[in-house]
Amino acid sequence: MSTILEAKHINKYFRKPVSFHVLKDISFKINKGEFTSIMGKSGCGKSTLLYILSTMDTEYDGELLLNNRLITGQSRDHLSYIRNKHIGFVFQFHYLLSEFSVLENVMLPAKKLGERSYQEIEHDAFNKLKMLNIEHLAKKKASRVSGGEKQRIAIARALINNPSIIMGDEPTGNLDSYNSENVFNIFKQLSEEQGLSLLIVTHDEDFANRTHRIITMEDGRILR
Amino acid sequence: MTNWKVTLNIAKTHLLTKIKQTATAALGVTFGIGAYITLVCFMTGLNKMLDDLILNQTPHIHIYNEIEPSKEQPIEQYEAFKNSFNIIHSVKPKLIQKKIHNALPIIHYLNKDTNVRGALPQIKTQIFYIAGSIELGGNLNGINVLDETRLFNFKDYIVQGSPEMLYNNDNGILLGAGIAKKMSLSVGDRVQVSTIKGDIFPLKIIGLYQSGIADIDAIQSFANLKTVQRILGEPENYITDINVKLYDIDKAETLSKNIEQQFQLKAIDIKTANAQFETGSSIRNLITYAVSITLLIVAGFGIYNILNMLIYEKMNDIAILKATGFSGKDVQHIFMSQAMIIGLVGGVLGLLIGLILVNIIDNIPFNTEALPTIKTFPVNLKPVFFLIGFVFAMLSTFLAGYLPAKKAKKIDPVKIIRGQ
Repeated sequence: MSTILEAKHINKYFRKPVSFHVLKDISFKINKGEFTSIMGKSGCGKSTLLYILSTMDTEYDGELLLNNRLITGQSRDHLSYIRNKHIGFVFQFHYLLSEFSVLENVMLPAKKLGERSYQEIEHDAFNKLKMLNIEHLAKKKASRVSGGEKQRIAIARALINNPSIIMGDEPTGNLDSYNSENVFNIFKQLSEEQGLSLLIVTHDEDFANRTHRIITMEDGRILR
Repeated sequence: MTNWKVTLNIAKTHLLTKIKQTATAALGVTFGIGAYITLVCFMTGLNKMLDDLILNQTPHIHIYNEIEPSKEQPIEQYEAFKNSFNIIHSVKPKLIQKKIHNALPIIHYLNKDTNVRGALPQIKTQIFYIAGSIELGGNLNGINVLDETRLFNFKDYIVQGSPEMLYNNDNGILLGAGIAKKMSLSVGDRVQVSTIKGDIFPLKIIGLYQSGIADIDAIQSFANLKTVQRILGEPENYITDINVKLYDIDKAETLSKNIEQQFQLKAIDIKTANAQFETGSSIRNLITYAVSITLLIVAGFGIYNILNMLIYEKMNDIAILKATGFSGKDVQHIFMSQAMIIGLVGGVLGLLIGLILVNIIDNIPFNTEALPTIKTFPVNLKPVFFLIGFVFAMLSTFLAGYLPAKKAKKIDPVKIIRGQ
């Protein structure tokens, strides 16, 4: 099985307000098609780890490899490109651009990538929405849809460039059980049917227990 | 590798959804630029009018024979007293002829110079206007009226009659408006003039001259060169003054010095003759520019403020754009293009409003005794002002947008996302 994401000896310090060793020698691998969750108490560094893995945070020691290529030390512009092409992101809060329509929100990362024509992108975006059963919202403004719908739109957006991995920072943390279940099923389906790797930070034990693998963190270390 | 289509689309959406803020920012620029255009056109128009009042009629170089004492007294040439200290009492001016020696060849020579637009002969002489038993002192200028019209806008100062009518009439005179009023004369009447020698000539008034300077209008009249030569009983080569107009006024000083040396005549350039006008107009220009730059800076701050606020409101959007793969540069470009669009729209509207206001001012009646040819407020509608206004609008919005956009570029998406 091929490795999608690999972290080697990652250390991270917070300098302010006091020097604090957040992540202590973190090493692990995520394989293709693996549905992984990260569990841990608040403040154990799981979100910090996720943002390092997502390439948004570059201030760390150690090495990070995506598709077996080293991405530590790349320029910010190139990291943006990597995020755009290879990583899909789903946040706890939905973070849609509220002035744009649902379809435009989903299309935006693909337009930025600029590898496909406008028609192709629109077609793809519509397919992603259809897959998540929210195609009827396509023309609505992003600020006018419900929370559960927003999260599904965010997932559609994360999928638009067919990334290597999807990362989520408590994507169900702000949803009721019905919508949580819904989102979980979508993730599960993506992992099983499309062989997509997923790395989800969560507090929800039920959610974690149903994933392939749980990484438990405590005080900046990986326990299991 | 900015994808401009996407960038501009996002900028457009931001601007359109916040249309009120956008309009406020754009209106700031519009008023700044509009006021600048209006002010600069109006002020330079007034300036130009005031300058023209004097400078149009003033030759760039005025050549004449100055009555002055000899620079070298005879005793200084005498060998025996060479090393002595000589004191001469009661030095008198040297007796020289009033006319310029060899005037016609000099005019011919000057006209061939590539810097010279034209060199015109004049005869200046003192005369008396005779009204019954009253003799009024005055000046009569003999001129080439058509050339004067061509080079010195002479026509602007003829309130009745025309240059052509004077040119066609060998016994015609263009009487100063002040004298005409004093002597109750009008066009078509005859006036008698007497030379200093006492010869009396009747001349027909074919028009009235008004320069706007009352002192001049009360004494000055014009006639054809030949008419004056005939009155004075002088031949055709009798010329007392040569007025030179140049293509480039800045060359007047050096050229006048050359002429003085070459022909041993007095040559005064316009800057020496009208030094105070230079100072006056440069200070007025300074005020114009100070006020307009202030206006534009205020408009610039308006844009800066609104973009700053917009960026605070759009923190989440910026974070999400960065998280989904937009680089810092892309985000900077999004906000820069918003600033530039505001500048472009506001600037163009400002130019239009400026143009409209200037046209309104240009049509407001403005009658003044001093300026017979001016009927409305003067404006100076120069394309270069519009160019400056446009460039300044773009420049100030660029600067006003640059700092906020730079800030947006540096925003750390992790902080925003975690901060929620």
